[in-house]
Amino acid sequence: MKEFSDEELERYSRHIILQDVGIEGQEKIANSKILVIGAGGLGSPVALYLAAAGVGEIGIVDGDVVDLSNLQRQVIHATADIGVPKVLSAKAKMEAINPNVKVTIYQKFLDASNILDIVKGYDFVIDGTDNFSAKFLINDACVLANVPYSHGGILRFGGQTMTIKPHESACYACVFDAPPPANAIPTCSSAGILGAVAGMLGTIQAAEALKYIVGVGEPLYNRLLTFDAKTMNFRNVNFKKNPKCRVCGGEGIKEIRDYEAVVCEAKL
Amino acid sequence: MKLTINGDVKEIKDGIVLSELLVIEDVEQPDMVSVQLNDEFLTKDTYATTTLKEGDEINFLYFMGGGA
Repeated sequence: MKEFSDEELERYSRHIILQDVGIEGQEKIANSKILVIGAGGLGSPVALYLAAAGVGEIGIVDGDVVDLSNLQRQVIHATADIGVPKVLSAKAKMEAINPNVKVTIYQKFLDASNILDIVKGYDFVIDGTDNFSAKFLINDACVLANVPYSHGGILRFGGQTMTIKPHESACYACVFDAPPPANAIPTCSSAGILGAVAGMLGTIQAAEALKYIVGVGEPLYNRLLTFDAKTMNFRNVNFKKNPKCRVCGGEGIKEIRDYEAVVCEAKL
Repeated sequence: MKLTINGDVKEIKDGIVLSELLVIEDVEQPDMVSVQLNDEFLTKDTYATTTLKEGDEINFLYFMGGGA
């Protein structure tokens, strides 16, 4: 078990005084390894809060560089970072917030050839990606590797999230089956997103990860939390694991394969 | 008949099938929703043959693919 220094006891004091966390919970956080896939709108708040919380090791995956149009919502990156690989920009901010955290960077995009090996080494995974082929690939990999994860999706003023414990709770494919046809998808840069909505959803994902690590409360298992920031209505839709699920049901999947990448210029 | 649609009770004409409800509820892109009827998710090929009845609970869960 980890022995906290005086600096760490002071730094994490507001966690430690929480009855449901305490020194034991903070030790669990310090001994945990969490992978954040995507250092964008969702990954930014997640990575910042997990670093601040003292997660022992955080992996962060992104193959992109910071662009001016990212800065309206990707709050881990600054104006001076334009052109810098997102993983390097993110790592610098995370270490600035909390030098006790070990940050491992993966400056690449995940695909069927690399995702399983990376995911396997972590206790929990955050989906902060921006396309369906990646979201379904992450679901497949987490089910195959039996690693719990948080699904997150945002669009315009809305967000949705669920937490998945493979083989115990419903997976993303139990609910959404497979990527929608490319010509129907309004996910790309032209659909738009209110910056603060990314923060709302990302912080929910960070809270779910920390709840799971500490073992407190009720994760978003078997339910999809959706919200509309225009009305500020939040809703939980309940469901069960689908025994016929293409990914985690009966036969299920046995190996990982890439989903067809979606072209962004399709109709809105 | 009364249906509960995304948590709201609504009065909808009797005897319609799910694909008609999608039109009534202005679901412009059925490809972008997953439809749950009384706890079960429906496959798209059953929308035109699934007749709705009094008291049914329907949820339209929208695909949201953004995150960056």
